[in-house]
Amino acid sequence: MEQGETTGVIRRAPGVRVSLVVALGLIVAALSLGALAIGPFALSPAETLVALFGGGEQQAQVVVQNIRLPRVAAALLVGAALAAAGASYQTLFRNPLVSPDILGVSAGAGLGAVIGIFLSLPVAFIQLFAFAGGLAAVVLVTVVASAVRNTDRILALVLTGVVIGALAGAATSLLKVLADPYDQLPAITFWLLGSLASVTTADILPALPAVLIGLVPLVLLRWRINVLSLGDDEARALGVEAGRVRFIVIAAATLITASVTALAGVVGWVGLVIPHIARMIVGPSFARLLPVSAIIGAGYLLVVDTLARTIGAVEIPLGILTAVIGAPFFIWLLASGRRGWA
Amino acid sequence: MSLSHAMTVRLLLLLGCALVAQPAAARTVIDSAGRVVELPERIETVFAAGPPASILVYVVKPDVLTGWPRALRPEEVPYIAEPFRDLPETGRLTGRGGDANLERVLQIEPDLIIDFGSVRDTYIDLADRVQRQTGIPYLLIDGRFEATPDALRLVGEVLGVPERGEALARDVEELFARVDGILAATLESERPTVYLARGPDGLETGLKGSINTEIIERAGGRNVADPGDGRRGLVRASIEQVMVADPEIIVTWDSHFYQRARLDPLWAGIEAVRTDRLYLAPTVPFGWIDRPPSLNRLMGLRWMAGLLYPEAWGEDLREEARAFYQLYYHVDLADAELDRLLEWSKGRPPE
Repeated sequence: MEQGETTGVIRRAPGVRVSLVVALGLIVAALSLGALAIGPFALSPAETLVALFGGGEQQAQVVVQNIRLPRVAAALLVGAALAAAGASYQTLFRNPLVSPDILGVSAGAGLGAVIGIFLSLPVAFIQLFAFAGGLAAVVLVTVVASAVRNTDRILALVLTGVVIGALAGAATSLLKVLADPYDQLPAITFWLLGSLASVTTADILPALPAVLIGLVPLVLLRWRINVLSLGDDEARALGVEAGRVRFIVIAAATLITASVTALAGVVGWVGLVIPHIARMIVGPSFARLLPVSAIIGAGYLLVVDTLARTIGAVEIPLGILTAVIGAPFFIWLLASGRRGWA
Repeated sequence: MSLSHAMTVRLLLLLGCALVAQPAAARTVIDSAGRVVELPERIETVFAAGPPASILVYVVKPDVLTGWPRALRPEEVPYIAEPFRDLPETGRLTGRGGDANLERVLQIEPDLIIDFGSVRDTYIDLADRVQRQTGIPYLLIDGRFEATPDALRLVGEVLGVPERGEALARDVEELFARVDGILAATLESERPTVYLARGPDGLETGLKGSINTEIIERAGGRNVADPGDGRRGLVRASIEQVMVADPEIIVTWDSHFYQRARLDPLWAGIEAVRTDRLYLAPTVPFGWIDRPPSLNRLMGLRWMAGLLYPEAWGEDLREEARAFYQLYYHVDLADAELDRLLEWSKGRPPE
């Protein structure tokens, strides 16, 4: 990272370009309304609106209020959360190739959920296990990384994350081998590919406050997180204690990722690709990157999930669609040399 | 001339010796994949390559079975005949390698390995490789439900109990004929629509024509998961799709889902739940609907026929279960165990 460029970043006018955020927000709101009107249960846009506000046919109300609304809300929440966590991690690790699962959240959550399915537990417990598994993996990573006496804290964290992630992956594979091939194995496979097919309001309610609680410190500490992207020594010179801020960011981003992974299963690529798009629009300053990433992430996953439930006669797992869309985009990004980082 | 003649004689002699030195290859059998397999005259021990094969062998001649692919769970034990409850766990040999160790298979020294299921090229190749590697004959038997009578006759013949194989095959043919009789009298459009709810949230299902839903369709249920383009296999559905399809009957074996669906307002609006036609399939000692796809589904076919066409079928489920478990699973169920099965099929599985 070039010194001159980053100081230039810091000198840029503070604050979020409000008009941009409002415009993006309006686009996402319009997409949400559109998504509410699309689905196998045929409803016109007008009928959808009527049903949304409690009028019209009973069945239409159930479809719009109890099925599509939770699903749209979940897509927005999961997309925003993953993109926000991705933006935080990328800034924290000063690396644009980082995604929210760098510290093993997804691998841990996956293992937790697989244990839940393996034990034939009800859905709520599977989600709880996934959440706990995600948190446990990251706690383990930070504990091990701080025990490793390595001068480069970030390198220690990333490498430990890779190791713990691989270990959790191995445990998941072991359970897949042991699982009932006719019953549990398909459920495990589908869960690990991510889906919002069965989301209900009751599933979103616990995830929403967890995501909000995780977002609060990220918003409050946005300037310090920005300073952190300069490197530990520079941050110290500017009066920011890197270790503590880093700890808080990891805790917050992990909480966010674990709660939405428990809700949706493992959905990759969103947290990697969306911050890039946001950075191309508003530059690398975290104070702008965070809200813009979150809004674009929400809109993106909403579109992807709407495709997932409408383009085929059957549901297409989210993880497959996000990879199919994300991978070519990422290659284009690399090929065009637009890093959008500095 | 005389030199080559002498050589020919010696070659023939060698060949003769080689043939005589192979006393075990007493007969040849052609399996469902068209493979010609040499078998010893008497077969005392059989290694089942997977769960479907273990059931096939257990049904036809249980005392040759060397083990279960996985140990029986406590709730399954009372539904298996006493001498076979404690057979060791031997793992699966299906798929790439599976989890059974070839050395363990050799240690068990079975006279024969049987696999029951798909006869696609992958499995043919796997069978050939295992047979070459271990020297143990490996039979591949077609697991399609319609081919069940053939499978029973073939295995009965191979295991030296042709009468038992024939009797079971006749029983299956009779069952099929009775179901066909009902279906012949029922228009396609009058057949009930059915949704198979799998997984803890009930949103995993088998597309029409999948092995997972075969039994439902065989019994004359119209599977609502039909994309119409011939695709098959397990997929995820959305609750909205289930609502649009509005099946008259839902079948599951997941008791969590069964309980949840009856309380969940989303599922409560679906015809099957509203009219109390959500059914829970028993899974002991093997699943009635699927899990694994083997002879166990014959019980499921009887059950489904009774659920879909109660009047035309007109059988007492209790009597059917008693007779089926006796003929196929070699157990005379006590009243308590029969009660448990019937309660289960009414949605009250044992805890």
